[in-house]
Amino acid sequence: MKTIPLPKTNMDQPTTTSTSAEQSAAPAMGSAVAPRAEIAIEMQNLSAWYSKNQVLHAIDLDISAKQVCALIGPSGCGKSTLLRWLNRMNDTIPGARANGKILLHGVSLLDPTLDVVDLRRRVGMVFQKPNPFPKSIFDNVAFGPRLHRIYSRTDLEELVEESLRASALWDEVKDRLESSALGLSGGQQQRLCIARAIAVGPELLLMDEPCSALDPRSTASIEELIRELRATYTIVIVTHNMQQASRVSDTTAFFYEGKLVETGPTDVLFTTPKERRTEDYVTGRFG
Amino acid sequence: MKTGRPIAQSRRMLSNRLMLVACLGATTIAVLVLSALLITIAIEGTGALSWSFLTSFASRKPAQAGILAPLMGSVWVCAICAVVAIPVGIGTAIYLEEYARRSRLKSLIQLNISNLSGVPSIVYGILALVAFVRFFGIRSADDPWTFGNAESIFYLQIPFGPSVIAGGLTLALVVLPIMIIASQEALRAVPQSLRQAALALGSTQWQVVWHVTLPAALPTIMTGAILSMSRAIGEAAPLLVIGGFLLVFQTPTNLMSDFTVLPLQIYNWAGRPQTDFHQIAAAAIIVQLIVLLAFNSIAIIIRQKLQRPLQS
Repeated sequence: MKTIPLPKTNMDQPTTTSTSAEQSAAPAMGSAVAPRAEIAIEMQNLSAWYSKNQVLHAIDLDISAKQVCALIGPSGCGKSTLLRWLNRMNDTIPGARANGKILLHGVSLLDPTLDVVDLRRRVGMVFQKPNPFPKSIFDNVAFGPRLHRIYSRTDLEELVEESLRASALWDEVKDRLESSALGLSGGQQQRLCIARAIAVGPELLLMDEPCSALDPRSTASIEELIRELRATYTIVIVTHNMQQASRVSDTTAFFYEGKLVETGPTDVLFTTPKERRTEDYVTGRFG
Repeated sequence: MKTGRPIAQSRRMLSNRLMLVACLGATTIAVLVLSALLITIAIEGTGALSWSFLTSFASRKPAQAGILAPLMGSVWVCAICAVVAIPVGIGTAIYLEEYARRSRLKSLIQLNISNLSGVPSIVYGILALVAFVRFFGIRSADDPWTFGNAESIFYLQIPFGPSVIAGGLTLALVVLPIMIIASQEALRAVPQSLRQAALALGSTQWQVVWHVTLPAALPTIMTGAILSMSRAIGEAAPLLVIGGFLLVFQTPTNLMSDFTVLPLQIYNWAGRPQTDFHQIAAAAIIVQLIVLLAFNSIAIIIRQKLQRPLQS
C-alpha cells in the first residue's frame, strides 16, 4: 500500500476563518494576473469509462493549489465523473475504470496499489444532497477524526469547534451540539457536511453541486464559505449554475460530451472565451 | 337532484358500495374466525390454568399435569436458536448487502435464500435428523465423542442425538432465511448517501458497516430477529421429526438434555381421546399465545421507540 507523502498540512489545526486576512497576498478572485500558484492536481490524458461507455476523453488539466476550480458543462459531460476519480469514489461503482494519469502533489491517484482509504482522508468530499449521519451534530463532525484517531494532539472538542467555526456554523449550533443533525435546515446540514469533511484535515475539497438542493439564502452562505475556505484548501467544485461558477471560482474548466473544451481564469473564460461552444454555454444559448 | 343522474355515475357508485361491502365482509370473516378460536380456547382452557399448571411436569392424570418441562424446553431451544441464527443471519446479510459485488454467485445465493424461506419446516427437520442427530452416521450414538462433563451446561456429545442443542440448531435452520431476508431489507433501507459520506471520509468498508450502516439498520434488524424467534417458538413439525420427546419429566440442565417444547406438548395432549386432556391442551395454547404476544409486543415497542428517521 502506498500512502501519499504530503507536506504537513493543517491536519492538526484546521484554520479558522480569521487567518484568511493574512493570506490576502494570494491573488484576489477574478484578478487578471495569471496565478503562479503551486500545481495541486495534474491530469494527463485522462479517459474514463462506465463499462463500455466512455465518459471522459483524454483530459489534460492542471489545478492550482489553494484556488477554487469550477467544472462546468451540461449534464452528462463527465464533470462529476472526473471529480469522483479524484478521491477514487468511482471504485465503488462496478464497471468504472480510468486510463491516463492523475497526480496529486506528484502521487499517482490511479495507481492500483494506492491506499484509497488514506487518499480519501486527504481529499474531502461534499455531496449534492446534504448527507449528515443520523447522529448528533458533534458526532457528525467527530466522525472522521475518531475514525483516524488524529485528535491526539488537539482535544476532540476543540477540533469540532474549529471545524464548525471554519464552516461558519458554530454560532448557530454551539448550544445544541448533542441534538440530531437531522434537525438542521438544508443549508446548515450542508455546512455541517463541510465541517465534517474539513475536520479530517484534507488539503483538497471536492464539491459536487453542493448548492443544487438548497434555497438561495443557504446557497449564498455556502458560496461565501467556499470563498473563505479557499485560503486553506484547494477546492474543485462541480456546478450547473453559471453565476455560481463566476462568483466563487478562480479558474473554470468547461466540459462538453466528455471533452475538456476550454479552461482558464474564470473572468477570462466568462468574458472572452476562445471557443464558440464555451461562449454559447456561458451565455446560456444552450445547456 | 330531480333529474336522473347519468347511468355511468350511479353504476360507479354501486360498484364503490359493493367493493366496500366485500372488503368489510372479508375482514369480518377473518375477525370472526379468530375470535371464535380464541373464545373456545379461553372457555376450555382457563379452568385448567393455574400456577401449579405452570410448575408441574406432565402426568397421566390430566388434573395433575403441567407444562414446566415444555416451557423450559421452549426457552432453551429458542435461546440456542437465537444465539446461532441471529449472528449468522446478520453476518450473511452484511456480506450480501455490503460486500458482495453483483455476480452470478450472489444472485444464486440470493435466490436460494428466498427459496429456503418457503421450504416447509418439516424438511429442515429431516435435514437436521441426518446432520445433527445422527451426524451423517459418521459416529455411532452408542460411542459418541464427548466434550466436558455432564455437570457443565456446555456438556457436549457428537452426534447430538435428540437433544436440546439439536432442537435449537434445527430451529435455527428454519428461521435463518427469514432472519437473513429481514436483515437484508433493513440494511437496504439505509440510504446509499450515508455510505458514500462515510467512504469519502476515509472509512474502510468495515468501518462503514460498523459505524454507519449497522447502527442505522439495527432497530429494524432487531424487530426481524424477534419475529423470527416468535416463528421458532411456534414450530412443532421439525422437532417432531428429529425426535423431540412428548413426555419429559425434567427441565433441561445442559446442551445434551432431552427436551420437549410447548407446541409438541399441545400436539400430544390435543390428540388424546379424553376431553380432560383437551382442556389442558387449551390451557397450554393460552400460555403459548401469551408468550407469542409478548414477543410481538417487544418487536412493536422496538419499532416505535428505537426507529428514528435516517434522512431529514
